Amino acid sequence: MIRLVPRHDQGARHGPAARGGLWALALALVLALVSGAMAFSLLGADFLQAYAAMASGALGSAQARMDVLLKAGPLTLTGLAVALCCRLKHWNIGAEGQFVLGAVGAGLLGLRLLPDAGPWLLLPGCLLAGALFGALWAAVPALLRTRCGVNEILSTLLLNYVAIIFMEHLYFGPWRDPAGFGFPGTAELPAAAWLPLWPGTRLHLGLALALLCALLLWLAQERTRYGFQCRVLGQSPEAARYAGFRVDRITLVSFLFSGALAGLAGACEVLGAQHRLQDGLASGFGFDGIIVAFLARLHPLGVPAAALFLAVILVGGDQLQTALGLPGAVVRILEAALLFGVLAGDWLAGRRLVVGSREADHAG
Amino acid sequence: MLADLTLVAQIAVKSSVAVLLAGLGEVLAERSGIFNLGQEGMMLAGALAGFAAGAVSGDPWLALGAAMLAGMLLAGLHALFTVGLGADQVLSGLAVALLGSGITGFLGRNWISRPGLRLGAWDVPVLAGIPVLGDIFFRQPPLAYAAYVLLPLVCWVLYRTRAGLCIRAAGENAQAADAAGAPVRLTRTLCTLTGGAFSGLAGAYLSLSYTPGWKDGMTAGQGFIAIAMVIFATWRPQRVAAGALLFGGLSALQFYFQVAGLDLAPVWVLRILPYVLTLAVLVAANVLGPLKRLARAPADLGRPFFRE
Repeated sequence: MIRLVPRHDQGARHGPAARGGLWALALALVLALVSGAMAFSLLGADFLQAYAAMASGALGSAQARMDVLLKAGPLTLTGLAVALCCRLKHWNIGAEGQFVLGAVGAGLLGLRLLPDAGPWLLLPGCLLAGALFGALWAAVPALLRTRCGVNEILSTLLLNYVAIIFMEHLYFGPWRDPAGFGFPGTAELPAAAWLPLWPGTRLHLGLALALLCALLLWLAQERTRYGFQCRVLGQSPEAARYAGFRVDRITLVSFLFSGALAGLAGACEVLGAQHRLQDGLASGFGFDGIIVAFLARLHPLGVPAAALFLAVILVGGDQLQTALGLPGAVVRILEAALLFGVLAGDWLAGRRLVVGSREADHAG
Repeated sequence: MLADLTLVAQIAVKSSVAVLLAGLGEVLAERSGIFNLGQEGMMLAGALAGFAAGAVSGDPWLALGAAMLAGMLLAGLHALFTVGLGADQVLSGLAVALLGSGITGFLGRNWISRPGLRLGAWDVPVLAGIPVLGDIFFRQPPLAYAAYVLLPLVCWVLYRTRAGLCIRAAGENAQAADAAGAPVRLTRTLCTLTGGAFSGLAGAYLSLSYTPGWKDGMTAGQGFIAIAMVIFATWRPQRVAAGALLFGGLSALQFYFQVAGLDLAPVWVLRILPYVLTLAVLVAANVLGPLKRLARAPADLGRPFFRE
């Protein structure tokens, strides 16, 4: 008889933290592929054909590979934002809203406050404004959490809706481009605010910024007192309090950093790719960041790789629409499969296969 | 003026039914210790299944059954992961929400803006004749009456039956409940499944009565509002009704302002109001002295249970 019994050396059942390691990740990917294939088959599509179409759609042409890299940038930043808070066992499901506010911050500076400034002032200013707005938007749930004890899962989630409605109000209303023929969007930002492109491509500086942030966050977590305090707090809030850490302040600072990262993602998307606030800007990068963070096992250096992987799936999923006529919603099914895969992978990694009867196990 | 007020109140009740149904289901699940963030997905699944079954068969009972089944299927997945594997409930719930929205987006593409079954307002004999109150409460779609029945039923089960004791014990202290012989994991599974059935009904209410027809993502965040309302209600079913009415009231006011052409507040302010108010209520429930004592979550909410 073959059974699965819990491993006692690992606490795979104790929550979302990175415990199962690469073994769990490999399992997660296999499970996600299998359940995705099952979903495709159930929905009446040939899954081999679908996966092949996704792969060629995302990697088959220079154009598509560029799309993947363009998506990987914001995904890295939102993934870092989610992972940062999750290390403290706090949830930031509001990266979407912080992303939007970051875009609004960049737009405010570039369109309203300093439209005539030179590139050396305007571009860094817009990036900073984006990060600042994102951080401030994240400060709301953080303060509600530390001061009033409001559950941050719900507050961050609810604030997403507020942020998105507010941005829609801006580009449908006061910020609408007067020369836009009624098109719901703002005017184009001045070129001085645009992120520089890699010569000959559409790839902008956002990806490099994202990678830099990943590196900095890793250094901060490994090499600074703040990082150490975060680790202790994440593993045992009681120990952190006993050690005299100012728990509330660490939480608030982490949320500020988290929001700044998501806000930076929003600013980069506006300054590098879209050049204006418009419909479709809030396309779920914040929510995708949750998947990225957990695929990366919450490790800052794993986040860019996970972001790249999810970007391949997103771009490939878009191609399914044109190649096989499957609706874009398929991507959400695959994302759910990835999340379930991560969960099942963690569970399996926390057990070992035992061949033999129950008694033999106890004897061994 | 009175006629206007009655109309607004009637729309408020009508707008609160989906949140109430989903909220009641979430109360059951959370009191047993399972946090289900997948409401949005389960409601969407119920909305599409109910609409499609109703359009094909024309039978309201079949439509409601299909909606409940669809909600329960997704809830079953959540139960499998959270109860069976002890997985993180937030992540699993998010995955359920994603899956529900993905599958309905996929399967629903052929049902968009198709005609189907409608469960319009049905006046309750006698009761509908009561002035004002009859207009507000008893000229509603049939599922609203189902909610009127389910609300006291859930209260009764939770507080007055042995099963309810079992549910509350599983959510408060799973180890102790288990030691006392209560089937903790079975209870949690059944509560999650029942919650899924309620969410399925909530979705069907949207697609058959409130805004008849199928639209991708038609729940528009009501699943998340329902979860927030459960916390607002401090995990008590009777207060979920108050929370749902609050949400319904705001939606009704928004509608009324638009129709009456009143420009008391910009549209975007009205649109964010339900979310901001929910947040305000969460703060109030945590800060205000008399409420604070009551604002305590089930102690074992979110903790997987395994017999050691």
